Amino acid sequence: MKLKSLALTAALVAGTVGTLLAPSLAQAQAKEQFFPLLVYRTGPYAPNGTPWANGKQDYIKYVNATGGINGVKIAYEECETGYATDKGVECYERLKGRPGVTLFDPQATGITFALTDKVPTDKIPLITLGYGLSASQDGSVFKWNFPLMGSYWTAADILVQHIGKKEGGMDKLKGKKIALVYHDSPFGKEPIPLLQERAKQNGFELSLIPVTAPGVEQKSAWLQVRQSRPDYVLLWGWGVMNSTALKEAVATGYPREKMYGVWWAGAEPDVKDVGANAKGYNALALNTSGTEPKVIQEILKQVHDKGQGTGPKEEVGSVLYTRGVIIQMLGVEAVKRAQERFGKGKVMTGEQVRWGMENLALDQKKLDALGFSGVLRPVSTSCQDHMGSTWARVHTWDGAKWGGMSDWYQADEQIIKPMVKVAAEKYAGEKKLTRRDAADCSS
Amino acid sequence: MFYRENGQFKSSYRADQQIFPIAQDRLAILVLLLVAFIVVPLGVSDYWMRAILTPFLILSLAALGLNILVGYCGQISLGTGAFMAVGAYAAYNFQVRIDGMPLIASLLLGGLCATIIGVLFGIPSLRIKGLYLAVATLAAQFFTDWAFLRIQWFTNNSSSGSVSVAGLNVFGVPIESPVQKYLFCLVFVVVFALLAKNLVRSAIGREWMAMRDMDVAAAVIGIRPVYAKLTAFAVSSFIVGVAGALWGFIHLGAWEPAAFSIDRSFQLLFMVIIGGLGSIMGSFFGAAFIVLLPLFLNQLPGWLGFSISTALASHLETMIFGALIVFFLIVEPHGLARLWSTGKEKLRLWPFPH
Repeated sequence: MKLKSLALTAALVAGTVGTLLAPSLAQAQAKEQFFPLLVYRTGPYAPNGTPWANGKQDYIKYVNATGGINGVKIAYEECETGYATDKGVECYERLKGRPGVTLFDPQATGITFALTDKVPTDKIPLITLGYGLSASQDGSVFKWNFPLMGSYWTAADILVQHIGKKEGGMDKLKGKKIALVYHDSPFGKEPIPLLQERAKQNGFELSLIPVTAPGVEQKSAWLQVRQSRPDYVLLWGWGVMNSTALKEAVATGYPREKMYGVWWAGAEPDVKDVGANAKGYNALALNTSGTEPKVIQEILKQVHDKGQGTGPKEEVGSVLYTRGVIIQMLGVEAVKRAQERFGKGKVMTGEQVRWGMENLALDQKKLDALGFSGVLRPVSTSCQDHMGSTWARVHTWDGAKWGGMSDWYQADEQIIKPMVKVAAEKYAGEKKLTRRDAADCSS
Repeated sequence: MFYRENGQFKSSYRADQQIFPIAQDRLAILVLLLVAFIVVPLGVSDYWMRAILTPFLILSLAALGLNILVGYCGQISLGTGAFMAVGAYAAYNFQVRIDGMPLIASLLLGGLCATIIGVLFGIPSLRIKGLYLAVATLAAQFFTDWAFLRIQWFTNNSSSGSVSVAGLNVFGVPIESPVQKYLFCLVFVVVFALLAKNLVRSAIGREWMAMRDMDVAAAVIGIRPVYAKLTAFAVSSFIVGVAGALWGFIHLGAWEPAAFSIDRSFQLLFMVIIGGLGSIMGSFFGAAFIVLLPLFLNQLPGWLGFSISTALASHLETMIFGALIVFFLIVEPHGLARLWSTGKEKLRLWPFPH
């Protein structure tokens, strides 16, 4: 018995040593643009993480099916993070050394924080579409971060604007009570400074109600809501927290019409379980959903009809799926832009992709050509502004599907800009960084 | 045959009391240290250094700390994650609030703060023991989770509640590259392992073990339970606190309380149980098992050429890992360290072991 188990231990040890040699073998191939895909298909955030990851992968397959990026094929590999920071760091270290590595999309605010310090040394851009560090909009301090299309500050600002409009003017917000029910993690806490600033300016009362991660236990939070009866509830949740919050709202009798979720709380998995009971619930929309956009049609035709789709076909075109497609498109477009400067048909390095990302100029014409008409507003980044666009809309759940898209809103620059500057300044001070000068900007 | 102590005579008490009385052991450890300090930094890829060996070293250190408490003194604790968090956040505060604070000093001070909290939460151990104590230490876990999430002062008023450190250096030498980080952790681990080994061999270590084996009997022969139990809590949380500070500073760079959640406490307790209770070596075996095996299982399908979905790989990893834990505990309830010593026994009688 003892000997047998000893032999087994020995075999295990030998196996582990064998893995030492394996990575070096995998590094032989090249000539492909490599997209590392950090995903979470397991754990409490899986219902939302999965369609997102499927969209990203399907867009890569679609680009490859139509000839790649000016002839350069895309390679990819998924790595499961489970939304945990240490696993995310391990995935990053595992995949960053691959030949032709393009950029990282960590898909989690916590992992973004940990990687923000690592990417400048490794010279790999970090794309955090609609999440991550709000202050990283300031490209002259955060050279490698790209919170494209919006951050939690722009999201919170747009929600306040929308509520103000609904009330009939921003001055009507005075004396109103707004509660923020948030995931108690960096993700949920990011909007707080902006909401506090807005509360000061517009005179509404802000109450903060934290929900412990992952958010399945919310009884006490909704007891607080029931007691204080806020005029509006802002929901800053992700994964199972969203559907739980809606169920609790139903149980508490809080009107769903007065609940506004961030864009991470406004997809199908969040409301599906609650179904008709969630009718009237609103959330920010960074993008449309549905299968009408041309690009989604193309993905169905080129990928899913050939039996190469990543997830179930019915999920194609759902909110988070479409967002995954957009993220991947922006990454691919950054590579294209970089190729315009550094040589078409070549594999771009992380540094070159960073330049492409910083000089994105996706106007309406380009978006139309890519099949994204109506899905998102034009995005154009610069050295100073790594966000490129702060537009978003609000959509409403009608009990069966998302609809009732509002007008486009843009975050108020007068509030956001000084806050971004102060926060970036503070970050630069802590890390002893100097702002990039003009020469660095044009490099 | 190769592992026999025939002819190795000890003529002084000093020689008899060495940590490794057998020459072959001394040689083996020397070789191991040479490999760890010289061969590994020269010959191992950055990925291995940064994503596998550094976390392995830091978690071994934490397991070592926990082993002193659970394995040597018999006080079951589920608050390890909490003490790691105290170490990390305290070290962070020393680092950002005091200008020019040396890195090593802030790490050790972080450990010192963890000691204070550890002793505080160890006080209940004077009245309760076993599973009841485990539940009491669980309170430490929930309390620190709450404190670091809610009290802004601890995070230096960071709006998101996430803290980060940068520009680490020791006497002007930056700790940035994977090799530097690895060596930095390695020095800590070697020094602490040596200290811990000597502590458990000394009078205080014997007191701990007496307490573990039968506390009433220990009290009767003149061991003060207060002193023995609280010193175990103090030493254990100091080491765990330093490990927590290293985990935040060196491995993650930026962290939130979730990095030291209750999962971490369980993980460390499993390391100690699987590695071997009451064994310094066992802490390393346990850490290796828990850190390396999931990574290995996760990547195995890819190397073998199977293309399975990420979700399935991740589920398989959990299932096989769980099954292996059960298997090992059935085959050898005393942990991997016992397997190791059985192996050594057999080698001494080689080629005819019985």
